[in-house]
Amino acid sequence: MEAAGGVRTEWRWTRKDLVSLEELSREEIELVLDTAESFKEVSAREVKKVPALRGKTVANLFFEPSTRTRTSFELAAKRLSADIVNFSSSGSSTVKGESLKDTVRNMEAMQVDTLVVRHSSSGAAEYLARFVKAGVINAGDGIHEHPTQGLLDIFTIRERKKNLEGLKVCLVGDILHSRVARSNIWGLTKLGAKVSVCGPPTLIPSKIEELGVTVGYDLDEAIRGQDVLNILRIQLERQRGAFFPSIREYAAEYGISKERLERAKKDVLIMHPGPVNRGVELAGEVADGPHSVILDQVTNGIAVRMAVLFLTTMVER
Amino acid sequence: MKILIKGGRVVDPRNNLDEVRDVLIENGRVRKVAGKISLSAEKEMDARGKVVCPGLIDLHVHLRQPGYEYKETIETGLRAAVKGGFTGVCPMPNTNPVADSRSDMEFMIGEARRLSLINLWPVGAVTLRQEGKELTEFGELKKGGAAALSDDGRPVTDSNILRRALLYAKKFGLVIMVHCEDEGLCGDGCMNEGLVSTKLGLPGIPVEAESAEVARDIQLADMTGGRLHFCHLSSKKSLDLVRQAKAQGSKVTAETCPHYFHLTEEAILGYDTRAKMNPPLRTKNDLEAVRAALKDGTLDAIATDHAPHSENEKDVEFDQAPFGIIGLETSLALSLKLVEEGVLSLPDLVRKMSVRPAEIIQTDRGHLSEGAVADVTVFDPNLEWVVKKEKLESKSKNSPFLGWKMKGKATEVLAAGRVVLESGEIVR
Repeated sequence: MEAAGGVRTEWRWTRKDLVSLEELSREEIELVLDTAESFKEVSAREVKKVPALRGKTVANLFFEPSTRTRTSFELAAKRLSADIVNFSSSGSSTVKGESLKDTVRNMEAMQVDTLVVRHSSSGAAEYLARFVKAGVINAGDGIHEHPTQGLLDIFTIRERKKNLEGLKVCLVGDILHSRVARSNIWGLTKLGAKVSVCGPPTLIPSKIEELGVTVGYDLDEAIRGQDVLNILRIQLERQRGAFFPSIREYAAEYGISKERLERAKKDVLIMHPGPVNRGVELAGEVADGPHSVILDQVTNGIAVRMAVLFLTTMVER
Repeated sequence: MKILIKGGRVVDPRNNLDEVRDVLIENGRVRKVAGKISLSAEKEMDARGKVVCPGLIDLHVHLRQPGYEYKETIETGLRAAVKGGFTGVCPMPNTNPVADSRSDMEFMIGEARRLSLINLWPVGAVTLRQEGKELTEFGELKKGGAAALSDDGRPVTDSNILRRALLYAKKFGLVIMVHCEDEGLCGDGCMNEGLVSTKLGLPGIPVEAESAEVARDIQLADMTGGRLHFCHLSSKKSLDLVRQAKAQGSKVTAETCPHYFHLTEEAILGYDTRAKMNPPLRTKNDLEAVRAALKDGTLDAIATDHAPHSENEKDVEFDQAPFGIIGLETSLALSLKLVEEGVLSLPDLVRKMSVRPAEIIQTDRGHLSEGAVADVTVFDPNLEWVVKKEKLESKSKNSPFLGWKMKGKATEVLAAGRVVLESGEIVR
């Protein structure tokens, strides 16, 4: 297989869909990362476009609000010369009156090659992939997975740290409701990183340690010796579900402040999938500080999504 | 009218019988069970190689009429029951409107009479509209034919209401069937809480949502001396509590369903909505505990919790799909697997599917004594078949067992001496 940048890869991509990192092998993940590397340079060109997907149609189907991910996919598709349409709808199918299946069948009838799907129900992408002929890329399903976010996080870590084997990565915050956490855990552990999670005990999912991660509740302890801290966004409405008593206490116990960061390794990376609640899970000065690679993540997101769109759309069917 | 069922293995646990016998039925009643009966009957059935037992009774079904006729009707539900070898079913009251009045009982029984298939013993609601606030008129419900009371689908959350219901029901000898679920712990959960729910990112229902309420209900049963029956128990923790309570003299009874002794939460991997029911499928450990509790008598009965839903309703995102699976047509074969695997003896199976259910709803069935109403099930324990959508009588096809290879199937069903299933086909 030859990517647009001319990189030859020994692994063949065989999937029309990307619904999770759980299902990918280490080699498949590395293939995406290598492909993304060759695409990254496109966005730095004067003319930010290659003809890799010319004549192909990609549809962004967003059943949940999103700006960053939708825009990132849109730019990725455009830089590959694909045609892209956006379909947004909020609320579940039952509220809309049309089933998800019908909505997507309609899209497919318009000869779309690849569907990028964001949905509030876990499993929505896998459900669609079962019956549509078009490719399905999961852009976040409920609290299940957000595979392209996981891949761009790993891409960013690899770019900075070179090798993931033995690297210590801690995911901080609301692990229970985080699709980013699940994708990171699958992807990072497959590449040999040592993954830990740290958050309020109410926000750690049942039996998470059986996925090969260690669990901590005390951030000051957990932070020590970590190479990467991936800080998850805290949903302010979780307070109502009695997961924690107040934003104030959450920030005190689990916010990354400048002082707390002094306990960390000198070369620690601070990551965040965005959007950041400044002063809650992350102090503004840390988000903007020298350890932060948050904007690199955003930049890399386009390269990773170009790779995923390219591989899934061009797969032999 | 005389019917002679010849040469079958008659399993009648109430009469300690498990022998090859002939069974003579006359005018709707069992006339004689003996080694060889030689007389000319209007109808003779060759039951050689088959099992003849008191008619199977399902304590827990949802027939959906009135209100949800697109899922099931009393007719399609009873036909499914006949096909499954049952001579009687107990439909739960969560219809629309809720079956909480005498006329609702009379409507259902009237429909069943009109259809002239098998017995329908309705379960009336414990509280009006199943809202958990005001008691229904137990006396009127009983006069209308209610065999039991339940707010199934929901727990009776207010402990004092359940206490009063258990006490008041004593006057009428009615059993209260409880659906144990702590609604707070359950939250918006849609599958068992554990490793699989964590992997799939689906909100979990912890085992304790069931067992905590089982513990409470045992206390209330003991406190009131009322008759309490646990619906569809699914977990080791609940079963341990029931076992302990029974050992200490509690009068509670309990049922489970075939899916809890054949499937685990892993059946949901891939977001298969056909494996979504409440209580949810649990772990291997729980499955083993359900089998052990059937064996040691902690579990009195096998019911189906037959819960039909249309294909459209189930063909959606997992969290949007309704809870429930159908079970009437697969229950016998799935239970026979336990016999084949040595968990239950054949008489044990008949106890769980006929004798004890009859006792729990206090109907004089579940045995083949001379003079008994001739509700009889004949099944071929060796008949192999595959569960196929298009072969199901039920209006809905939401079964996780589609495609399963089964062994054992009802071939004849007699209800009060009327043949309603013959050679595996519904007669009327």
